[in-house]
Amino acid sequence: MNDAHTKRRRRDLIVAAVLALLAACAPLVVKDVYIQNIMVLTLMYAALSQAWNILGGYCGQISLGHALYFGLGAYTTALLFTKFGVLPWFGMLGGGVLSALIALGLGYPTFRLRGHYFVIATIVIAEIALLLFLNWDWAGAALGIDIPVRGDSWAKFQFTRSKLPYFYFALAFCCVAFLITWWLEDSKWGYWWRAVKDNPDAAESLGVVVFNSKMGAAAVSAFLTAIGGAFYAQFVSYIDPDSVMTFQFSLLMALPAVLGGIGTLWGPVLGAAILIPLTELTRSYIGGSGRGVDLILYGTVIVVIALARPEGLIGLFSRKPAPKGVPQ
Amino acid sequence: MTTATIIQSLASGLLMGLLYGLVAVGLALIFGLMDVTNFAHGEFLMLAMYITFFLFAFFAIDPLLAMPLVGAAMFLFGALVYLFVVRFAMRARANIGMVQIFTTFGLAILMRGLAQYFFTPDYRSINVSWLGGKTVSIGGVFLPVPQLVGAGVSLLAFGALYFFIKKTDFGRALEATREDAGAVALVGIDKNKVFALGWGLGGALVGIAGAVMAMFFYIYPDVGASFALIAYVTVALGGFGSVFGAFAGGIIVGLVEASTALILPPSLKSIGIYAVYLLVVFIRPRGLFGSM
Repeated sequence: MNDAHTKRRRRDLIVAAVLALLAACAPLVVKDVYIQNIMVLTLMYAALSQAWNILGGYCGQISLGHALYFGLGAYTTALLFTKFGVLPWFGMLGGGVLSALIALGLGYPTFRLRGHYFVIATIVIAEIALLLFLNWDWAGAALGIDIPVRGDSWAKFQFTRSKLPYFYFALAFCCVAFLITWWLEDSKWGYWWRAVKDNPDAAESLGVVVFNSKMGAAAVSAFLTAIGGAFYAQFVSYIDPDSVMTFQFSLLMALPAVLGGIGTLWGPVLGAAILIPLTELTRSYIGGSGRGVDLILYGTVIVVIALARPEGLIGLFSRKPAPKGVPQ
Repeated sequence: MTTATIIQSLASGLLMGLLYGLVAVGLALIFGLMDVTNFAHGEFLMLAMYITFFLFAFFAIDPLLAMPLVGAAMFLFGALVYLFVVRFAMRARANIGMVQIFTTFGLAILMRGLAQYFFTPDYRSINVSWLGGKTVSIGGVFLPVPQLVGAGVSLLAFGALYFFIKKTDFGRALEATREDAGAVALVGIDKNKVFALGWGLGGALVGIAGAVMAMFFYIYPDVGASFALIAYVTVALGGFGSVFGAFAGGIIVGLVEASTALILPPSLKSIGIYAVYLLVVFIRPRGLFGSM
């Protein structure tokens, strides 16, 4: 633990605090509801991608099935509220715990798999859940759930008149995800995860309990992802399996981290800040034609970034490439 | 559920399975050769189906005759994708696995967008091909002719691929590069040429599959997505690194899908495939015949 290392970690916190403060003031300037909407989504995806990054980036277990946890968070909250009148906050927590438990249960058999076998297993498991929800009548099947409006309040976490409360929650969510990652990065877990990612066999021989490290990363990652799902359900107030549990969502959670800088603290934030506004703006300004121009642009950006900056856009900010494994 | 129904669905499942194998084998070939999963594989299939459709619409070429043309066009396309895109993804020094996944994934989105732009999102179909809509009865089991011919084409393609890999110089170079790309360079084989050939061959195979599929499936920009996941599962089930695992994987997937449809509602028929995949890799983490 050297001095430069401590300094860098302190600098990360300060920069994050300044950015969060600036973001918190943004609504004073930005009154346009459409732009506010994009800001909410950007913060949400930054947090979700941060959650994905814990398992996929730090621990190196590439999951393309995180839509499962996102969907579980959304459904737990929406079902508890509409069927039993349980406040969304408890639904959110319940969805998070449920997802973490399911991640542990699924981790038990899947973490024995490596490489593409693991990736495909995560996709397939999320697809099974999607099909089950599409056919589960009690949960609304393919029609989904319309969350009834019961008046604006923080207790019910519903706001129909203004997007701002959602914005501040998303900002808080993003900050919490950042802080958790910041803290984990330098904890024994962070070092275990990087060891597992770089060389699982060597890590095992040095006494890192590889299996337990993966399980820990999966649980934290799934918990945070479900919180995001619960938030999304409240934010859009209508969910169906196709809008919260499809493969597309799994990719949207992984993309910002990958393009921003996989396994780095700032990668997901940077990736989301660029990718989400770009997606939303192109979708509404040129996607409306239905002629796929937004997809052409989006696809091109992904290919270009992946080829030109394989270590992620974060590489633009560091003068020298970071050594693998240990943070400087 | 009578015995006749069961035999009938298993027979259609087997035909479909051979087609799944044909769709997947290009993916398996590319993966086995250079450890890259082409996430745009479904979009390759989509493009092949469109080429077949336009050959039919503009030049009245029946899909059956178009097959070699589509195969040749997709050979070229596959090789070009390698030379202009994937080759650069292979050069990445940092997290190469993710770079490959997301380069090919970006390519998939780009191709889908281009298809929407140039071909419109409309559903198209080839309605009056030579074989379309015809069925034959073999021992009381009714089989659609396009699928039957498709299954035959799949068998031929696997046979030809086997011959190509085992008996020709190009095929041996392919096998050798797969085993040790570094050593191959020492004996003067250009790795890039072999990889481009591999991508071309993978493209040609999915091209032939697309020509068959175009006879009885709707053709639209997103059509690849529905087959891509089945293709990945097929390859992984058979085992990465084994080209002929895709053959076995395809047949298993087809049969499992048909039997699931007998028990569960049709909307859940894919669950059987996914469950069997998980079951297999939980017991054998390298798939059925995988080497890695």
